[in-house]
Amino acid sequence: MTFINLMAREINCKIVYYGPGLCGKTTNLQYIYERTKPEAKGKMVSLATETDRTLFFDFLPLELGEIRGFKTRFHLYTVPGQVFYDASRKLILKGVDGCVFVADSQFARVDANEESLDNLRINLDEYGLSLDQIPYVVQYNKRDLPGIMTVDELRELLNPDKVPDFEAIACDGKGVFETLKAVARLVFMELKKSGGTGPAAPGGGKMPPPPRTL
Amino acid sequence: MINPQMVIYEAEFNRIQESVDNLVRSAHAKVVFVVDKNGQLIAASGEVDHLDTTSLASLTAGNIAATGGMAKLLRENEFATQFHEGKNAHIHIQLVGNRVILVVIFDSKSSLGLVRLRVRRTTEQLAEIFESMNRRPEEQRDGSPFAEITDEDIDNLFND
Repeated sequence: MTFINLMAREINCKIVYYGPGLCGKTTNLQYIYERTKPEAKGKMVSLATETDRTLFFDFLPLELGEIRGFKTRFHLYTVPGQVFYDASRKLILKGVDGCVFVADSQFARVDANEESLDNLRINLDEYGLSLDQIPYVVQYNKRDLPGIMTVDELRELLNPDKVPDFEAIACDGKGVFETLKAVARLVFMELKKSGGTGPAAPGGGKMPPPPRTL
Repeated sequence: MINPQMVIYEAEFNRIQESVDNLVRSAHAKVVFVVDKNGQLIAASGEVDHLDTTSLASLTAGNIAATGGMAKLLRENEFATQFHEGKNAHIHIQLVGNRVILVVIFDSKSSLGLVRLRVRRTTEQLAEIFESMNRRPEEQRDGSPFAEITDEDIDNLFND
């Protein structure tokens, strides 16, 4: 759920990185955190186990700059990938504005990818959403490892709707910002399509009558 | 849009801010903030200068979501109130209208009893404000600042 504060002239969006355990969701966020200017990022919060597996979520607030006079804030979340944390995964999807599915390119993880994607569909469905309704992109991660599937094979299995997809080596940063940029673009396109906030005056000043329900 | 947006206008924002400002004073609190259930900070008041309110907002929402998940398993509707007691700082968390979360951080200058009492009144005020936002008619959507977004605008966001 996009949150638009017309008084502060800022817009907040929630992006969720989804995918099977150890596919590199947290690594995506860590790379973004490392490569973002200090003034454009907040603290990265990781609720992880002692062995650095995500327990509840990672959270990274990013300020991307202004668009049409509005400050744009993106809140990036990852879900815990391990199968038994499903209850937590579902909670994090609440209010999602855009989703990135991070797939593990290795042959050995083909079932885990499919299971996670099915799980994403099921959990979105609980909020009355589906993948073709929300801004959604796919990332094929770990392209540097041996024993990986071709992009065409991955695409056929995981991206039948041919949404924007990207090859990535998240630990080196390859494809990380391309993925983020693509999902951000779709979120803004969705805002544009939906009419955004109603008749707000970009110049500031007196606010118009309220047009939208919560 | 499939996912509804929360849009806050100036008059509403001012009313919310006034409520949290009043609560800081009347409850002798250090910090008061209002977060939506998705973790977006809506308003804050008090000694917020050295506080990472963005992370606190996100964690508060995560906390409420986890507690809500537990409530569901126990066939409860929600656990509307939470209190965390620390050595020096304490946090009182109150769900408002199942929509937003009111968080009060206080120390030994106040007490749980006083905070609970003052929170009750503020909860009613906030519930009324957010309820009135809920009742807004769905009308004109033209002229949106986002209707004219171009690819170039988006590309510019990612420069350097």
